[in-house]
Amino acid sequence: MTFKYDNVYINNWATVTGPYEKNGPFGNLFDKSYDDLYFDTKTWEDAESKLISDSVNILLKKINKKTDDIDLMISGDLLNQLTSSNYAANELKIPFMGVYNACATSTLALTLAANMIDKDQIKNCIVSVSSHNNAAEKQFRYPVEYGGPKPKTTTFTVTGGASSYLSSEKVGIKIESATIGKVMELGVKDAYNMGAVMTPACAYTIYKHLKDTNRDISYYDKVYSGDLGRYGKDLIKEYMKTEYGIELNNYDDTACMIYNIDNQKVYAGGSGPACLPLVAYTHIFKEMQEHNLKKVLLVATGSLHSVSMVNEKHTIPSIAHAISLEVIE
Amino acid sequence: MEKNTYKQIVKKYTPKENRLFNGFVAFVSGGLMGVIGQALVTFYERMLDVPNKEALSYMMITLIFIGCLLTCLGFFDKWVHFCKAGLFVPITGFAHAMQSAALDYKKEGLVTGIGANMFKLTGSVIIFGVVSAYVFGLLRFILFGGNV
Repeated sequence: MTFKYDNVYINNWATVTGPYEKNGPFGNLFDKSYDDLYFDTKTWEDAESKLISDSVNILLKKINKKTDDIDLMISGDLLNQLTSSNYAANELKIPFMGVYNACATSTLALTLAANMIDKDQIKNCIVSVSSHNNAAEKQFRYPVEYGGPKPKTTTFTVTGGASSYLSSEKVGIKIESATIGKVMELGVKDAYNMGAVMTPACAYTIYKHLKDTNRDISYYDKVYSGDLGRYGKDLIKEYMKTEYGIELNNYDDTACMIYNIDNQKVYAGGSGPACLPLVAYTHIFKEMQEHNLKKVLLVATGSLHSVSMVNEKHTIPSIAHAISLEVIE
Repeated sequence: MEKNTYKQIVKKYTPKENRLFNGFVAFVSGGLMGVIGQALVTFYERMLDVPNKEALSYMMITLIFIGCLLTCLGFFDKWVHFCKAGLFVPITGFAHAMQSAALDYKKEGLVTGIGANMFKLTGSVIIFGVVSAYVFGLLRFILFGGNV
């Protein structure tokens, strides 16, 4: 399913991160970075919630608006019952929608917001996502201090919050179209190899987007997926070629970009709902504003597993949503 | 694409774990743990004049205490990460696994947090440890009688 938009723009954005991201290649581009993982709160869940509220508050300051001026906030994260988003929304008191598609939440939320703005149902919208390494480890894997060995294909959950402000005002980056993906599954059961889990969904969404819009892959200056990781990045190239006959050349994966992947101990790279938007709102948007990139396709990919389903030996379903971005001429 | 075809491609792009090196590191670090344990036993026996059976218990208590303390100080996880089975198989690993789970849940309360979750990883070690002790004890009794 692909939507076309005429007048939806991402006007402004804000990013908040933890210490690992600060030491990454885009460390100086984030609006705020903390040096520890608690951010003056007592628990990791509170800390993750603060990532969202902090990024929204910085964003509001940037666009010079108050919470009352915002029609809607759409937010999502990894924690059970969307804990971080719900508690941040409780603090902010903006009309709120919580959405979950694991690490594909960012593009899902942007698509929902763009649809409503395009139809004039709302004037503006704030879209947020967050993830917190320790909170995610505690929920999905082993206790944080356990440090048990993990396979090389494991990804390292990004600690960060990213918010953006969308409206029909012609400022910033244009959202040209968006494609909602299908849930896919090709028999992978390994929750420590999420690149392999999410590759079919990511490839399908790219293929479907190109088919719906009648475009060739070369239409885009660059295609970014988030977060297949170091090995998934090579995997999707071969899969895309054999399954759909599409060569992914101008392509990169944000999981491999957010950290100095060879020097920082992050296994196969970053992951989490905040991974793609943290790279997009800093590096990619900067490149677009400097006109080095004019047309960009962002494909966020999410592994839709739960601890129980993995323990019960089910295969892991995955999803990906794409949004097409353009520089305003 | 067929699931089996995909499995082949995934396999091609899944890096191999360095089992030989990991095994070697675990062998050396696990062996070192044994040496430290034996040194403690000898220390308790010779210096404090404790009988061997009690010295063994003292050694374990000492190692458990050190394991827990280092977990709380925040660097035992890095050692476990490097040494792998060399550190998490000995008694230090058991203590560390319990302690790290307790730390994760300490903010959720004494009963609902620490009490309910501290055996998250080690619960299965206890259960299957006890079960296999019964099974092997019984086997020994049947095969060799009770007076071995």
